[in-house]
Amino acid sequence: MTTKLREVDVVIVGLGWTGGILAKELTETGLKVVALERGSPRSSENDYSLPNIRDELRYVVRHDLMQNTARDTITVRNNPQQDSLPMRRLGSFLPGEVVGGSGVHWSGHTWRWTDMEFKVRSNYEERYGKKFIPDDMTIQDWGISYAELEPYYDKFEYTAAVSGKAGNIGGQIKDGGNPFEAPRTREYPLPPLTPILASEMFTGAARNAGYHPFPRPSANASQPYTNPDGSKFGGCQYCGYCQRFGCEANAKGSPHMTVIPIAMARPNFELRTNCWVTRVLKDSDGKRVTGVTYTNVLNGEEFEQPATIVLLCAYAINNVHLMLLSGIGAPYDPIAQQGVIGKNYCYQTGASATLFFEGKFFNPFMNAGGSNATIDDFNSNWAFDRAPNDFVGGYVVAGGFNTPLPIGYRPVPSGTPQWGSEWKRATAKWYQTAMVINASGSVMANRYNCYDLDPTYRNAFGQPLMRMTFDYKANEHRMGGHAAQTINTIAKSMNPTRLNAASARTDPWTVVPYQSTHNTGGTIMGTNPRDSAVNKYLQSWDCHNLFVVGANVFPHNSAYNPTGPVGALAYWTADAIKNRYLKNPGPLVQA
Amino acid sequence: MKKQEFDRRDFLKTAVVGGTAAIATPEVAQAEQPAPAAPAEAAAPAGYAFLNLDEAAFVEALVDHMIPADEISPKGTDLGVNIYIDRALAGAWGKGERLYMQGPWKLGSPSQGYQLPLTPAQLYCAGIAATNAHCRTAYGKPFDRIADAQRQEVLIGLSTGKITFDNGPPVRVFWTTLYQTVIEGMYSDPIYGGNRNKAGWAIIGFPGIIAVHRDHVAQYRGKPFPSKPVGIADMS
Repeated sequence: MTTKLREVDVVIVGLGWTGGILAKELTETGLKVVALERGSPRSSENDYSLPNIRDELRYVVRHDLMQNTARDTITVRNNPQQDSLPMRRLGSFLPGEVVGGSGVHWSGHTWRWTDMEFKVRSNYEERYGKKFIPDDMTIQDWGISYAELEPYYDKFEYTAAVSGKAGNIGGQIKDGGNPFEAPRTREYPLPPLTPILASEMFTGAARNAGYHPFPRPSANASQPYTNPDGSKFGGCQYCGYCQRFGCEANAKGSPHMTVIPIAMARPNFELRTNCWVTRVLKDSDGKRVTGVTYTNVLNGEEFEQPATIVLLCAYAINNVHLMLLSGIGAPYDPIAQQGVIGKNYCYQTGASATLFFEGKFFNPFMNAGGSNATIDDFNSNWAFDRAPNDFVGGYVVAGGFNTPLPIGYRPVPSGTPQWGSEWKRATAKWYQTAMVINASGSVMANRYNCYDLDPTYRNAFGQPLMRMTFDYKANEHRMGGHAAQTINTIAKSMNPTRLNAASARTDPWTVVPYQSTHNTGGTIMGTNPRDSAVNKYLQSWDCHNLFVVGANVFPHNSAYNPTGPVGALAYWTADAIKNRYLKNPGPLVQA
Repeated sequence: MKKQEFDRRDFLKTAVVGGTAAIATPEVAQAEQPAPAAPAEAAAPAGYAFLNLDEAAFVEALVDHMIPADEISPKGTDLGVNIYIDRALAGAWGKGERLYMQGPWKLGSPSQGYQLPLTPAQLYCAGIAATNAHCRTAYGKPFDRIADAQRQEVLIGLSTGKITFDNGPPVRVFWTTLYQTVIEGMYSDPIYGGNRNKAGWAIIGFPGIIAVHRDHVAQYRGKPFPSKPVGIADMS
């Protein structure tokens, strides 16, 4: 028995960064907006407070803020020949499942993706020729430009309190910033974070090698800050509990302490938590959506929420899942290479080295989410010639730490026993005297890396799980090899006492251990409905009153973290809805 | 390492069996005589919520072998690692919270992660029983009664996959779980029963949950940070 509710103007599915931004922006127009969030309400004061938030077991190991795989998960396989099996617990990536979504537990790294990504196929074909791109590499231009997105990047950075140093203001290269970034109109809202020893040492070594190190731009407020909406931030405490945790100081830019409370204060906004959307409903001719059905997971009651506009703002994987479950758009078939929903799933790759320096104290427990120094010389630097290295894409390299808490991080030199007194001595000796250099690399789309609905396994609502087929291809293996070489060259120049060198990964992608929560694609944006699911305004080509917002619209994945363009595209879509769609509802781009 | 052949477990088993014969017989009354000594020997454990006697003996032997008493730290049972493991297995995690438990079940490839139809607690019990069965075949005794060098041989066998279990869970999966829980018992907050007196954190100089490092970043850059570790209970 489904209870049909009164129609509202807008229903938002999922209330993290994208849903929060759209809720705030659209309630400004007076529209009646309802947000449905499957997770529970949590707040900094009540849930992310001292001392209980500083609990590595609960938040890192047991995934307290993350999606519960007992209720819904995905199945995984490396290729279409393999049996797909359920990801029975989280590992490789960690979608959030609370109000604020993954925007609560991220570490804040905020990048501006540029035309290097948005025009990826044109760029490579023009410089290297069509044959440089392998036949099965299904990369395509995004249909949007950096210039169009620049004001929205700016808006997101100022909302989320990004600390950093500009490298290019209006075409002028600035000392200390990233010289390879695209021109920005102004500085970051906050100066860079205080560097830690590891980032200083990496900076020195990278500079000596002729590279261009800079502090990683991060939504960790380097000092107390009030954003343009009036949301108040504390200064970062360098507590070391950033990624996977909510921030007790409200220093990490997160939707639950910025855009969401602003929407919540308005009478025309309503948030319903513990509400699990199972389907988007279409009208009889399939040209429009009419609302969603959802289950209140506190009591099992099912509701239909009619709406004039539906915004899918769940985690990237779950947005694609809802599209497939709802039968909107043609499902992608990798054999026939037809259909679009599920196409171009991408992930990221990487390589990492640990450097041991006898007698040096890095104090790994003192750092911010974005303390690391970074080089972009092998990513946004178009002067870096890909031809001799034979790969499309790039990687960034950083020195510092990433959640160096003791259950998960106790580096010892290779060859150390795994237990016993010798192991304990090595752990005691090296925990504070080691640092890490790692690379994060892009993954180009491939025709066989995709999503569809699993034929066997079901979730708690009786619906098919999403099936993910993914593996790294030769392009990524070659890039990983190059990245490992760069890391090792820098590492050796620093003369560590011992070095666990980086190596290229050539093994299949695996669901354990954690790698990155940067899953992209599945409902990609583009210039026409034949090869994309949504237009440049993230509007469904099939149903004009449906917008699908998140990294699921990225046609491929870059080396950078995705939240910068995710936030910017949410503001961009909000503008398109407010200023164009509401005046004249219909397709914003003619197919 | 326990030297005596007749340990607390034997005593408790005898006492229970004797219990059925009831208080009437003097032999039983005699057998109960050493009772006060048993708690004294077991002063450290806070009592088990999940592990049975064989499993407790296995876990105690395991954590004391992996974390021996030395100049770096007290031994595993003195750190409470066995208690941490018992509580973890007794609690939601051990019972499969957040674990997708619907079939069909297939072993899959290692890249597909955990695929067993077992909760962590069930895996632990099955793995301990299989390891003890291996030890009985190889050495004539269960894991907790073999010599130190033999224990070392068994752990190397488990960690490298040289030991296999007939009809049991895959050794690789059991070992990964076993190892992870020992680490958690050493380094999680003491509120979970392990890392007693924050002696695990003290091994590596981890200061615990220091509220504010804002000024320390520059002040202690490149210098050791002097601190007595702070846990959740200290701040509550």
